[in-house]
Amino acid sequence: MRTRPPQDLTCCDAPACRAAADPSAPPGDAPPGACPAASTAQAGPERPGAEAPPGPSRGVRPPGPQAPQAPTAAPAPWPGAGCGLLRPGRALPPRHAPDADERAPREAAPDAPEWARPGGPGRARAGGLARGVHVVAGLTAVLALAWTAWRGVAQPHVALAYGVLIALGEAARRTPRGAGAGARETAPVGSAGTLAYALLGEVGGEPASHGAAQVVAVVLGATLAGAVGRPPALDRLARRVLNAAFAAVCFQPLHGCAPSPSYPLLLLLLLALTALCDAVLAAALTRSRTGGGPYGPLLREELRALPGVGSAIGAGGVVMALAVAAAGLWALPVFCLPLLVTQLSVHRYEAVCATRRQTIASLARATEIAGYTRPGHARRVATLGRAVGRELGLSGADLTVVEHAALMHDIGQLSLPVPVPAGATEPLPPEERRRIALLGGAVVRRTGVSPDVVLVVERQADPYRDQPLTARIVRTVNAYDDLAGDPACGPLRALERLRLATAHDHEPRVVEALAAVLARGGPAPSGP
Amino acid sequence: MWALPAAARAYIACAVLAAAVCAAPVVRGGPAVPWGEVVLLAAVCAAGERLPRRPLTLPVLIAAAVLLPPASAAVVAVPGALVRPVGRRPAWVRRLWHAARSSLAAAAASYVYGPGLGAPRAPDAACLPAALLPAVAAGLVLALVGAVLDGGVLVTAEGRSARTAWRAPMPAALAPALVHGPTGLMTALLWHSPYGPPAALLVLLPVSVSSWVQDRCRRERAAHQATVRALVQAVDLKDRYTRGHSERVGRASVLIARELGIGGERLEALRFAGTLHDLGKLAVPTGVLRKDGPLTPEERRIIELHPEYGHEMVRGIGFLDEARAAILHHHERLDGTGYPYGLAGRQIPEFARVVAVADAFDAMTSTRSYSRARPVPVALAELDRCSGSHFDPRMVAALVRALDRHGWQPEAVIPSSRNVPVDHCSVPGAPVGPPAAGDRTDRGGPG
Repeated sequence: MRTRPPQDLTCCDAPACRAAADPSAPPGDAPPGACPAASTAQAGPERPGAEAPPGPSRGVRPPGPQAPQAPTAAPAPWPGAGCGLLRPGRALPPRHAPDADERAPREAAPDAPEWARPGGPGRARAGGLARGVHVVAGLTAVLALAWTAWRGVAQPHVALAYGVLIALGEAARRTPRGAGAGARETAPVGSAGTLAYALLGEVGGEPASHGAAQVVAVVLGATLAGAVGRPPALDRLARRVLNAAFAAVCFQPLHGCAPSPSYPLLLLLLLALTALCDAVLAAALTRSRTGGGPYGPLLREELRALPGVGSAIGAGGVVMALAVAAAGLWALPVFCLPLLVTQLSVHRYEAVCATRRQTIASLARATEIAGYTRPGHARRVATLGRAVGRELGLSGADLTVVEHAALMHDIGQLSLPVPVPAGATEPLPPEERRRIALLGGAVVRRTGVSPDVVLVVERQADPYRDQPLTARIVRTVNAYDDLAGDPACGPLRALERLRLATAHDHEPRVVEALAAVLARGGPAPSGP
Repeated sequence: MWALPAAARAYIACAVLAAAVCAAPVVRGGPAVPWGEVVLLAAVCAAGERLPRRPLTLPVLIAAAVLLPPASAAVVAVPGALVRPVGRRPAWVRRLWHAARSSLAAAAASYVYGPGLGAPRAPDAACLPAALLPAVAAGLVLALVGAVLDGGVLVTAEGRSARTAWRAPMPAALAPALVHGPTGLMTALLWHSPYGPPAALLVLLPVSVSSWVQDRCRRERAAHQATVRALVQAVDLKDRYTRGHSERVGRASVLIARELGIGGERLEALRFAGTLHDLGKLAVPTGVLRKDGPLTPEERRIIELHPEYGHEMVRGIGFLDEARAAILHHHERLDGTGYPYGLAGRQIPEFARVVAVADAFDAMTSTRSYSRARPVPVALAELDRCSGSHFDPRMVAALVRALDRHGWQPEAVIPSSRNVPVDHCSVPGAPVGPPAAGDRTDRGGPG
């Protein structure tokens, strides 16, 4: 259809050129004498996006179908083959059926009683908790501002120096592009500056006279000034205000201690306490944002993140306070240098992580665009899998394993010459499914993800007793998404079918966690 | 020891001797030597060396150079270098060499800071802005002496050229010193403050965390490259005979882009775009991709959709940015006869023009089902002939220049030929031989 005019051959009969530019085009299939315009016109309407003006919109995808489907490239559409996941031949022992019949409607019904929805009451309380935190932080800020306004700013040059430092740190903060829910925003310079101002007892040998209220006021003002144009998340602002207030109030008894080598250790102890409170607060806020789930793993995740950048922030805060005490305000810009380097490397690290996540996501999308799975399947399985994992109390590392494995679990299907109908591998014979899973595992192994992810992808076709918990989650959620997306089945019946399959294929605990997540209205939107 | 060339042995022996001479005053000095500081700093330095991937050596040595006279600073560096893990044999020669190198560098830095620039050994609040310059100078001297001595051992022991040994690593070696100089000064300042050494050592914590994060960043980046390779690998699952093609196109695109003065993040993005340019083939049915013999117009139309599929797949990768257009338009031609949109001339994005040339070049120099590999000069002549009609002459010229300079390593293994009868080349019989023009192997970065 796409033809080459004769003059094309004379200009560059250059088979090599043609071969290179179009490796798949043997010359024989061009009808002789077809003119390029005609061929374009012929080809035009059938091409997705061919109607777009080529010039101005180059590089930009013209409006058109999201995933162009060539007629023969199109895989078998998603036939209404019923919920093909559970074939009659592999039906479950009948003893499970009544059980499932009895539970399914109750769990999935939106108006189920609170006790029947494990996440329900917790979520309501947590939402209130987040609001409560915001209110407390707001009250603290208002009180501090009023107090400072009434008493006037003590040692304005010191306040200004720290304010500028915090504002600069905030201004240099970047939210990595495309960062998902796992990204943790860090601004070491701003946080360390906050702590340093709260712990400041002396300036160049003279006692500092600012109180806790002024600390909160300066920190709040500087943070807002540094974030002009990009309003900071309310949670972050509340945490910073409460943090500053806590550290400053706890520091008051130490104010006026004689400088000695044990003094830094006292400060460190105080900071450890502050960090602990902050972690508790952060975990609570995360929980209220993501909608319930157990609290323990979230707190553990927060605490585990502390020794890394958290220790740098703490040490930076202590050192900046002590150095200013010993050497005056000049110490501030000097010491902010290493912290700035830390901040930049953290940002770069986050950017690389985000890029990698995006690349993995496009690997996942490849199967969808290639027509092997339904659009958005991998993304849905990843989000829902994460929510189910959190419901089951998995830690952050395991959740990442679930997410990555869910994104890539269908890669092996690319080796199939013809896509499986609807991308659902369940109706295939087990050996074939295992073969596909192993092929997928071989590709995933190359991605440099952790071996746990490879294991999940490889084992996804095994019965649940042979699988690690992460693989059970991926398998169950994958089956649910395949079933629920089928118009002939729907979410309710999908859940019921999964319950029926808990003898061999799906672990009951995982299915129940899935039901709990779904009863709350599905996974919470990722990120704040 | 005897595995090393004589020149290297002599060089190392000289360095050790010089370091010993530098440190000699400490042995003779007796009570005048500040032993407490020497021992504490040396212990921290040694601990830093044993920590996994948290190099604290530089800031500790700068602090030592600020705090201590040259001879004592030279001694501080020794224990750390001696306990440091060494990857290759001969281990003890390496350790000895590192000790001598660090001692000499620390002594030089201390000399520059103290006697050289006249800055005080016990800095206090009064001397703060003034002492910054000597501290930064000490850091620079420390890094410079270390890098120069390292270059010497590379030249004598491994026979590197002076250019690769000295010039290439220099900017990267000097940059950290600019940050660590003030850090060292801060350490010294707190050391002599009422808060004492505990506060001083706290200064080092953020530095060590920073290098830890940088290390994780490096590993994450390697993992990202592995992920990209996995994407390519997924294409290989379907279309096996293009193995290696994607990576080579990425490499050739980078060669061209460097000649055009493209650098930094854009270059990285272009490398990925070149590597991923055929990703859309994942969406082409395997039967069509692997088909032997002529394709029907319908099948060709399907194959010609692959740039659009590929573009759709990488849509979510933020950093690719303008390089995404290269994936969509890498089959466009300058005269407007290409696909998918038939853009012409400068309507085609720059990156797409780069990738088009790189793609064509590698397709010609590697064996395909329908043609055998051509030598590099023949391929370049072909490209030159089509430049203006198909390819941007600028890109072709850049490729020629880049190959002159760096050479090209074409496909190493010729896959077993597949029986494709139709050969639409009229330039067949191009002998498969070693590429003639500049086929030095690609160095692939300083090792």
